[in-house]
Amino acid sequence: MAEVSVTKDAAPVADELVALKNVNKHFGALHVLQDIDLTIARGEVVVVIGPSGSGKSTLCRAINRLETVESGTITIDGKPLPQEGKELARLRADVGMVFQSFNLFAHKTVLENVMLGQIKVRKAEKKAAEEKARALLDRVGVGVQADKYPAQLSGGQQQRVAIARALAMDPKVMLFDEPTSALDPEMINEVLEVMQQLARDGMTMVVVTHEMGFARSAANRVVFMADGRIVEEATPDEFFSNPRSDRAKDFLSKILHH
Amino acid sequence: MNVLLDNLSLFREGFIGTLKLTGASALVAIVLGVIVAGFRVSPVPPLRIFGTLWVTLLRNTPLTLLFLVAFFVVPKVLFPDLDSFLLAVAACGFYTSAFVAEAVRSGINTVPLGQAEAARSIGMTFTQTMRLIVLPQATRTVVPPLSSIFIALTKNTAIAGAFNNVDLFNVSKTLSNDGYDITMIFIWITLAYLIVTYAINGLFRLLEHRLEVAR
Repeated sequence: MAEVSVTKDAAPVADELVALKNVNKHFGALHVLQDIDLTIARGEVVVVIGPSGSGKSTLCRAINRLETVESGTITIDGKPLPQEGKELARLRADVGMVFQSFNLFAHKTVLENVMLGQIKVRKAEKKAAEEKARALLDRVGVGVQADKYPAQLSGGQQQRVAIARALAMDPKVMLFDEPTSALDPEMINEVLEVMQQLARDGMTMVVVTHEMGFARSAANRVVFMADGRIVEEATPDEFFSNPRSDRAKDFLSKILHH
Repeated sequence: MNVLLDNLSLFREGFIGTLKLTGASALVAIVLGVIVAGFRVSPVPPLRIFGTLWVTLLRNTPLTLLFLVAFFVVPKVLFPDLDSFLLAVAACGFYTSAFVAEAVRSGINTVPLGQAEAARSIGMTFTQTMRLIVLPQATRTVVPPLSSIFIALTKNTAIAGAFNNVDLFNVSKTLSNDGYDITMIFIWITLAYLIVTYAINGLFRLLEHRLEVAR
């Protein structure tokens, strides 16, 4: 009964964690999201790639309603995104977000950054929160930096702390909005390794990135966006070796050959 | 002979009056100001509108007019039994809160948007985001303008002296009616005001240094 065919449109309904249906958004005259349909299954790692201005970051941010959409529906674990308020806050706690510019709380230490959400949002005990925070910081390899302020850390370290901060909420899905784009080349790998590990551990992930290596090795599915549309969806192997659309061929030829 | 020595207790009463008016009004202004600044950046449109109205109305009204409203309209229509101290504190506090709100809002605007986005992303409510993430980081920028605002407030409380409150201005009126040399009265009164404003100045400078180290 259960067909395990890798078709583009129909992910098995029971397992869908994030679903966007017919989503549209404008920035002024720019139609930045055009009829976006996308479902992400539990445990799936979806990498979104595409040229600058194609709407991929907006798509990522729309999933936890940092960007509002004008039409269409976005559901997370079956629940449609509510209006701004307590209910949306609760839902966001289940959706981890990692930003291009890290956005660690500048006035809090690394440890406090990872504890804050647990204590204030999840209402965890301070001691339990600290234990968990230290374990997570060790897991992403910045345990020794726990008592420093974000500004004292390198970009790669900051981004790993940001990942730990998101993981501390036990999210159902993690969104990565160009997590390595603001990093020096030598720090990109340390962040990608943490993300690879997360993917292997079965975390559901949506990753907007320009790291094709990561897309190849960690993604279950590659979504290619251009001009506000999803142009192509395929497995990484299919996409990189045999892109169907001209737009994707053009994009790949520009980034893969130097 | 000497205005100051002859009327030391009256001066003391006026000085304490000014201090009490300034302190109480500053407290009202800072509490209301922070709340109204929060309203002005809130995602809820009615709150934003309320905040904008509050600031526009109070900031653009002459303080004397607010006092007239407080002393002649408010007792008639709302609260008949409020004493003159409370009415004066309300007028000065509400008026100053509009300025505080704008100073706080400018502080909020200096905190990068990503800080608030990160806070919202881990599930904090708007109030938590403001209280735990944005306002603590805004404080440093808000302190210098707040010091100016509170010094202005100190001087503004003189209007309360004309409305049945015993403060330094009120004392100067009393003494000049008693026939003392007006120049000497003003010198002592000015000195007393300077003590208050200079204290505020020093307090905020201290605060500024404190916050500098904390970063």
